Amino acid sequence: MTALDPTGDPAYRLFQQRFGALRRSRQTESALTVAAVILLFVVAAVWTDFSPEKIVNGIPRIGEYFGKLFSIEPKRGADPIAVLALPHLFGGVKEPQSIAYWFYRIGTYATLLWQTIEMAILATAIGFGAAFALSFPATRTFVGSRVIVFATRRLLEVMRTIPQVVLAFILVWPFGIGPLAGILAIAIHTTGALGKLFCELNENADLRSVDGIRSVGGSWLAQIRFAVVPQVLPGFLSYALLRFEINVRSSTIIGFVGAGGIGQELKRVIGFNIYEEVSAIVILILLIVAAIDLISEQIRHRFIGAVA
Amino acid sequence: MNMDLAAERLRHPEVFRGKGWLRWLLLSAVFAYLGYLMWLFDFSRVFTGLPRVWVILRLMLDWSGIAEWDHVELWRSMLETVAMAYLGTMLAVVFAVPLGFLGARNVIPERVFHFITRRMFDGLRGLDQLIWALVFVRAMGLGPIAGIMAIAVAETGILAKLFAEAVENIDRRQVEGITSVGAGFIARLRFAVLPQVLPVMISQTLYSIESNSREATILGLVGAGGIGLRLSERIQINAWDQVAYVIVLILISVTLIDTTSRYLRLRLIGVVRT
Repeated sequence: MTALDPTGDPAYRLFQQRFGALRRSRQTESALTVAAVILLFVVAAVWTDFSPEKIVNGIPRIGEYFGKLFSIEPKRGADPIAVLALPHLFGGVKEPQSIAYWFYRIGTYATLLWQTIEMAILATAIGFGAAFALSFPATRTFVGSRVIVFATRRLLEVMRTIPQVVLAFILVWPFGIGPLAGILAIAIHTTGALGKLFCELNENADLRSVDGIRSVGGSWLAQIRFAVVPQVLPGFLSYALLRFEINVRSSTIIGFVGAGGIGQELKRVIGFNIYEEVSAIVILILLIVAAIDLISEQIRHRFIGAVA
Repeated sequence: MNMDLAAERLRHPEVFRGKGWLRWLLLSAVFAYLGYLMWLFDFSRVFTGLPRVWVILRLMLDWSGIAEWDHVELWRSMLETVAMAYLGTMLAVVFAVPLGFLGARNVIPERVFHFITRRMFDGLRGLDQLIWALVFVRAMGLGPIAGIMAIAVAETGILAKLFAEAVENIDRRQVEGITSVGAGFIARLRFAVLPQVLPVMISQTLYSIESNSREATILGLVGAGGIGLRLSERIQINAWDQVAYVIVLILISVTLIDTTSRYLRLRLIGVVRT
């Protein structure tokens, strides 16, 4: 066997030609995409008055602000000092630079955090109930009437597309300032979000058991109750727990528009520049969100398995 | 069939009794707790508030004054919101790509380092964008810059985590293959790592732009620019017709962005994530 020189082969030249053309077209496409991304960036920056020098000027101010968050004025007019210092760390409530001094309103925070979690629980429960009820009429495989399916689906869509903070802001007017507006807003959003997911689970449910119930004369409700629900419930619960985690986060901020929970207090202390309380509340929110995530993950793994 | 059931019930009474009893107890406890929460949060006010909801809805549907609304301002703010989302996400991508590589276990196999970077990402994304926005408005003043920074910071945490996971999940064999034919570090990154992580990164980025343009609509409520500011002004003066109009504007823009991003994702990487 002699070594072949492929360059003379017409098939090889054709390959080279086609390969080159393909490669060039891919390269132009990539270059165009990158150019479009950069162009859009510039246009957006001009539109929002976003310039590098503003950022550069702002960075010291951000640093200053974050510095203030972790410093205290032990007496009026005195120089600010770090919020914690090792020698005072475990001192009493009246001793500056101790944990107790920093978190001296821990009782109020704890009450508000608990209220926040309860808001999330109730909103998730209401949303779960409503999504459960609405998901069956929104499933094409269960309902003959197209109108019902279409109407329910659009309803769920609207519920989940309106930003929940906006919804809370609007609901504060009819229901008054306080947790109720926040709960209703989160519940409405949860209904829309869970309804869509439940619907997808319903569509994947095995229809043979539905046929089985129908064949022995079961009504529509009986078909749903005995054939579909046992199949989809574990998935439903898993999604609901995931949603609960999201709702805990949401309920920490829904108070910004006056809808209750720790967010209302956070907005207040940020507005009044009570720096050390801002950092204290933010740390508590981070801790509570992380804790809820951990617990809920454990529950999902232990009791339901990794369904979703 | 009933005979069988009766026989089974006789044979294994504990199965039938135990489960039903426990389930009812659990369910009633859950409902009692929910009832208590409803009492706690004074749900009777729902009924007193409902008539007012109808009032709002009626006012929202009455668009007879549409000619007098400041359309230019509203549309400008809407575009500003989208621009904020885009800028914020892109800035986040710039930071998240290097951070993602640093946070990947197979790039820097140092346990302590890995732990620290991951907790840092958690910290950034643990706080909601709205909280970041509130802080940045205080630090940098009112306006879209605060919103952009809030999106960028929160999104950096999310994207860095996802990018790190993408880098951790790459197929080692491609790296080994290209190393075995003598490729250097740059060539390995370019031909073995990048082709595997780039589709994930692009898809995630598009997804982030989508979700951030939803989020950015509310940043204005705390003064961080965009349509949210206009919305909050109109809610405060009870101009419900314009509130409804702004919400419709938001819904249309969000839908448009979703559709575009789905098309782009299909176009660029051929995968659709729902």
